[in-house]
Amino acid sequence: MEALVQVRDLDMAFPAGSARGQPVLLHVLHKLSFDIGPGETLGLVGESGSGKSTTGRILVGLTEPTGGSVKLFGRSITGPGRRASLAAVRARLQFVFQDPHAALDPRLRVGHSIAEPIDIAGTHSRRERNDRVRELLELVGLPRDSADRFPHEFSGGQRQRIVIARALALAPDFVVCDEPVSALDVSMQAQIINLLMDLQQRMGLSYLFIAHDLAVVRAVAQRVAVMYAGTIVESARREALYAQPQHPYTRALLDAVPRPDPGRARPPVVGGEVPSLLAPPAGCRFHTRCPHVMARCRSEVPLLRETAPGRQTACHLLDGAPPA
Amino acid sequence: MAAPLVSLDDVTVQFRTDRGWTTAVDGISFDIAERDCVGVVGESGSGKSVTALSLLRLHARGTSRFPRGQVRFGGQDLLTAPERDLRRIRGRDIAMVFQDPMSSLNPVLTVCDQISETLRLHQGLDRATARRRAIELLDLVRIPDAARRVDDYPHRLSGGMRQRVMIAIAIACRPRLLIADEPTTALDVTIQAQILELLRELRTELGMAVMLISHDLGVIAEFADRVIVMYAGRVVEDAPVDALFRSPRHPYTEGLMASMPALEGGITRLYAIPGRIPDPDEAIAGCRFGPRCRHAEAICRVAVPELLAIEGRHRVRCAPRTRATGGL
Ligand SMILES: Nc1ncnc2c1ncn2[C@@H]1O[C@H](COP(=O)(O)OP(=O)(O)OP(=O)(O)O)[C@@H](O)[C@H]1O
Ligand SMILES: Nc1ncnc2c1ncn2[C@@H]1O[C@H](COP(=O)(O)OP(=O)(O)OP(=O)(O)O)[C@@H](O)[C@H]1O
Ligand SMILES: [Mg+2]
Ligand SMILES: [Mg+2]
Repeated sequence: MEALVQVRDLDMAFPAGSARGQPVLLHVLHKLSFDIGPGETLGLVGESGSGKSTTGRILVGLTEPTGGSVKLFGRSITGPGRRASLAAVRARLQFVFQDPHAALDPRLRVGHSIAEPIDIAGTHSRRERNDRVRELLELVGLPRDSADRFPHEFSGGQRQRIVIARALALAPDFVVCDEPVSALDVSMQAQIINLLMDLQQRMGLSYLFIAHDLAVVRAVAQRVAVMYAGTIVESARREALYAQPQHPYTRALLDAVPRPDPGRARPPVVGGEVPSLLAPPAGCRFHTRCPHVMARCRSEVPLLRETAPGRQTACHLLDGAPPA
Repeated sequence: MAAPLVSLDDVTVQFRTDRGWTTAVDGISFDIAERDCVGVVGESGSGKSVTALSLLRLHARGTSRFPRGQVRFGGQDLLTAPERDLRRIRGRDIAMVFQDPMSSLNPVLTVCDQISETLRLHQGLDRATARRRAIELLDLVRIPDAARRVDDYPHRLSGGMRQRVMIAIAIACRPRLLIADEPTTALDVTIQAQILELLRELRTELGMAVMLISHDLGVIAEFADRVIVMYAGRVVEDAPVDALFRSPRHPYTEGLMASMPALEGGITRLYAIPGRIPDPDEAIAGCRFGPRCRHAEAICRVAVPELLAIEGRHRVRCAPRTRATGGL
């Protein structure tokens, strides 16, 4: 299967002021590599601040990485041809960002915001455009007359659906969804997830789906990558990842998911120091919080390696162990 | 039960729109006792945030009004109290974590400026002390490199860091009531567990009460003592947390529980409540959930159901489900 999105050794560093006259860099992504195939959804989960949104922004061309390569639809959007490639693929790419408030211009009527990609592409007549806007509103479960209202008249979840409607306006091929349903009630959430999956089946859409809700990710993503402090620590098909998590951080995540059962004894909170990106811990970045830490974890960086077909994990505990 | 700290009585909020005044919240009543946590769940757009904002009267002036109702706190009605009194209460007695961190953080001020502002206003701290305290608070909400992050502007922070800054500001003055509107949506579950643990400590140590709005039924189950379920501007169910999860009684609540994606078992298409949410001004005779309800009967289409007790402190707004008891 030809990858639609191909990411290799992606690096990202932001300038973070200076210390003793030397510029300081905040390294937020380290040698990230992954592929997303046509019609596939890759779920990206992990620590808050681990670089998920930054990865999403790079994939849609909003942030230029400081290293590594990204190919979209076979064209490289990193390096010299970046501008031309981005212009060529722009219409096939869309995104739904984490903060719906920041994503909508408060002075624009909602219909105008939703039609923005259509207006930029200039492919629809006025009639077609307005029909499409109404159709999209219906699709995401908003009243048809929403088009004439302003963002402040909507609740958080309603604004999020407006952003989703805009992303779907031009029938894109690849959509980065950053926490697209975390502001929605579970029934609305189910409805939007079903919509995203139907579109995928009908039109072969691919998604990068970023979320903190592991049950939601399990419902949408065929493959899941887990990030911690700027690196992928585990990536696997969803069945394998949820049934037999290999990395201790993945296990900690699954254990910490709150359950809708008030009587349940709460599992112990995983404590430990959250790693700094300015002075990351030596060795494995999770070692400061890992319940299974060994001497070696404090000095030697574990590499992401294949532990079973289609499955990769970066953890010393798995060294020498027969592939699962 | 102790005397309530805050008491909402028939709170009703309307907004002026192109189509005239619309009712976003319609006659909400509940109490919050000291140290108590009331969880609020419900449909997106059902009025959870609007209800929360009315406790601090933070709706836009001029385009909003309260035709009825009261919010009683410390012998005052917050809906009619002078603005001067509210300024004193906001941030000191009642603090809020807003749903949308980016729009409530000021983009041109550093994290330090924003946390210090409350500390200097309500606790009269000097600049240096406020800064030290701000760093401590960032540490407390588990932001790494707190001493350096304190000088960052909001756009340089990840979604979850912004949320934690909001939480730090809200707990800075050790409020008696914390209103937390979706406070942990951008946090990974291990950090979320730490933040909830921190809030639990503040409840035990300071007797801080919490109004927790969340779509995450797992978070509600683990943190709230009592849960209010909202639909289309009204409370449709109000119950102790165990009762709500053990035996939800309103068909909307049942629908919510059935829509939750699972962490184990087969992967199937998710259930969603059929039909669509009514528009704010849509005229619906009888029960507002009626058109989407599997159990609707003739009575549901004519009479507006009342919120009635079916068992102890478990109340439901559903005619068929309350008929047997007739309301206790
Ligand atoms: N424009 C920027 N300038 C400086 N630093 C930035 C910028 N954008 C992001 N960062 C930093 O990059 C790191 C990763 O941020 P990112 O938003 O990608 O995290 P995330 O995984 O999406 O987290 P969350 O789950 O909290 O949303 C953070 O330390 C953040 O502070
Ligand atoms: N300033 C406003 N002007 C007009 N209508 C408004 C305004 N603010 C909120 N509303 C409307 O009031 C209703 C309740 O909104 P609210 O923000 O309380 O919903 P919510 O329950 O918090 O939803 P969510 O879960 O999506 O955050 C919505 O229908 C919304 O469109
Ligand atoms: Mg993010
Ligand atoms: Mg809200």
